[in-house]
Amino acid sequence: MKDVINFKEWFLQKHNTFEDSLNGENTYLMHQIRKEALENFNELPLPTLKDEDWRYTNISPLLKYNFNIVTKDAKISNDTIQNYRFNNLKSHLIVFVNGQFSAENSKLLNLPNGVVIGSLSDAIKNNPEIVEKYFNKNTTNNHQIFAALSTAYTKDGAFIYVPEGKIVEDPIHIIFITSSKDEKIITQPRNLFIAGKNSQLTIIEHYISDKENIYFTNAVTEIIVNENAVVDHVKLQEESKNAFHIARMEVGQERNSNFTSHSISLGGALTRNNINALFNDEGSECTLNGLFLIEGEQLFDVHTLIDHAKPLCNSHEHYIGILDNKARGVFNGKVLVRPDAQKTNAFQKNKNIILSDQALINTKPELEIFADDVKCSHGATIGQMDEEAKFYLRSRGIADKTATAILIRAFSSDVIKSIKIKQIRNYLDELLSKRFSQ
Amino acid sequence: MLEIKNLHVNINGSKILNGVNLKVNAGEVHALMGPNGSGKSTLALVLAGREDYKVTEGEVLYNGKNLLDLSPEDRAREGIFLAFQYPVEIPGVSNVNLLKTAVNEIRKYNGEEELDAIDFLDLIKEKMKLVELDQSFLKRSVNEGFSGGEKKRNEIFQMAVLNPRLAILDETDSGLDIDAIKVVANGVNKLRSKDNATIVVTHYQRLLNYIIPDFVHVLYNGRIVKSGGKELAMELEEKGYDWIKNGSEEVVSG
Repeated sequence: MKDVINFKEWFLQKHNTFEDSLNGENTYLMHQIRKEALENFNELPLPTLKDEDWRYTNISPLLKYNFNIVTKDAKISNDTIQNYRFNNLKSHLIVFVNGQFSAENSKLLNLPNGVVIGSLSDAIKNNPEIVEKYFNKNTTNNHQIFAALSTAYTKDGAFIYVPEGKIVEDPIHIIFITSSKDEKIITQPRNLFIAGKNSQLTIIEHYISDKENIYFTNAVTEIIVNENAVVDHVKLQEESKNAFHIARMEVGQERNSNFTSHSISLGGALTRNNINALFNDEGSECTLNGLFLIEGEQLFDVHTLIDHAKPLCNSHEHYIGILDNKARGVFNGKVLVRPDAQKTNAFQKNKNIILSDQALINTKPELEIFADDVKCSHGATIGQMDEEAKFYLRSRGIADKTATAILIRAFSSDVIKSIKIKQIRNYLDELLSKRFSQ
Repeated sequence: MLEIKNLHVNINGSKILNGVNLKVNAGEVHALMGPNGSGKSTLALVLAGREDYKVTEGEVLYNGKNLLDLSPEDRAREGIFLAFQYPVEIPGVSNVNLLKTAVNEIRKYNGEEELDAIDFLDLIKEKMKLVELDQSFLKRSVNEGFSGGEKKRNEIFQMAVLNPRLAILDETDSGLDIDAIKVVANGVNKLRSKDNATIVVTHYQRLLNYIIPDFVHVLYNGRIVKSGGKELAMELEEKGYDWIKNGSEEVVSG
């Protein structure tokens, strides 16, 4: 057994090798951004249970490994990818294998003029002015150690640019697949989505793996929703149950924009999602919904922040947790209504069901309201399987497991039915019935 | 069809049934009456398979099989149906989804092919007429926000769709007005046949004006203390249960 090098030390050491592996992506600007982020990474402490934001999530299991940085291409068959596509849904497909864009697995449909869908590494080469304008503009990234790590190792990820007035009708299905044999690797997808004024698009970020391996996904997604644009975002995590997954999504909304997020997760060994939505201007709408289903000894943690910095915006949030065995969940939903943000409507709900004696959920709504003419509400519930309802279903001839699946589906229905794409709803129904008929 | 022999049942350690004996043949309607707390609903729920009700003694044979060995779902698949006294509300599960799943699981169990969407809908529509339910009802969540009458009609509707061999109606008449009772009774009567049997559990004689029983039994203190024909129900209505209570003490002491 080789000794494990200190987590931070390891990534500081590997950075030179990483930059050497870059080709056209290594522009002077990107080099500067990476270098600065690496310095931040070096200075920021690793989170511990003493940090309020990490009180219930101990990252020490993650620190037990030195994850290798992938520099060479891996191949995945189209058949493998096909298993994770949605039946009867016409969509653009872009695939990343171990964090790197795979042209041979990807397939785009016809696109309106000026729309760019592809990889960040191509965008750095071909659209440097757009990347420069929007990349890593959210300053909170600089204060988060995992975001700093992502920025320092920026190489590839999904890039979408929809110019003013363009509508991308078919959803964009982005698959991130991790495929490694015995090697423990880190992949750091770095996604940048820009919706121009009056544009519209639907994005599906889908994280999968071909084996139940140990690896680390450290993802950062930045979404810019310009004036009157509509962005519908779905994230689906169906990864290895041994994977570590830390992800940050930063959403910036301009005037009258509309952003919807659905985050559906079957968890990994340790999953931490941070979702931050910021209203930069008036009249916008933001929906953050999520569903997580965890079992075994999985840990799933979601922290959301909706920042009502401007007046006349509406936010809706609904997270549902389903926990079995010894799984542990964390929901921390912060809604900040700044002094300026009059006529804010902000509604939050978190509902959890515990299927065993040993599962645990920590739920914490956090409303900070500094304006006086607002409507805000929050509610959190934790319950158990309704045995009366289950007996009722069984007394009608429905098998125990089917009855459980039906009730879990019903419990999840508020979040599932709010997903606009029917084919994804069907996919989730199947996922649920598979999960509970084991 | 059903033979209950010396059945003793405990709930959370307290004795509720104290040696119930009852035999029900195909084609018969039995009324099970008795004062509140006599164990009527317990008996109904034990037959349906409530797992937290502990059978401490006795046996139940159903078409020659040991009923108590079967899971609740297998009992339903073998043709037992319980119309609940308090039907459970299940938000997020539609009536049509429950019935479709139930019908097909029962068919699968009995080696029959699953019904396709069209055949299923035909079946549903036919049975809905029986209990005078509106189409819009199908998409609503099971019993959620239903009035008392709607809940009871829903039980009879489910019974009609599942077409059981042995139906147990647990106080289906409680709290219903006379029009609703007629609808429920009419539903039950249309389903009567020489091949199936019904146990009507009730506190009041009123329902038995519309569902005419072949036998009437009185349950008291967890035992059947008196059995007779339909005229027994009339007698109970007239004299109340005190007469039975006093009588049963005689039985016990004698």
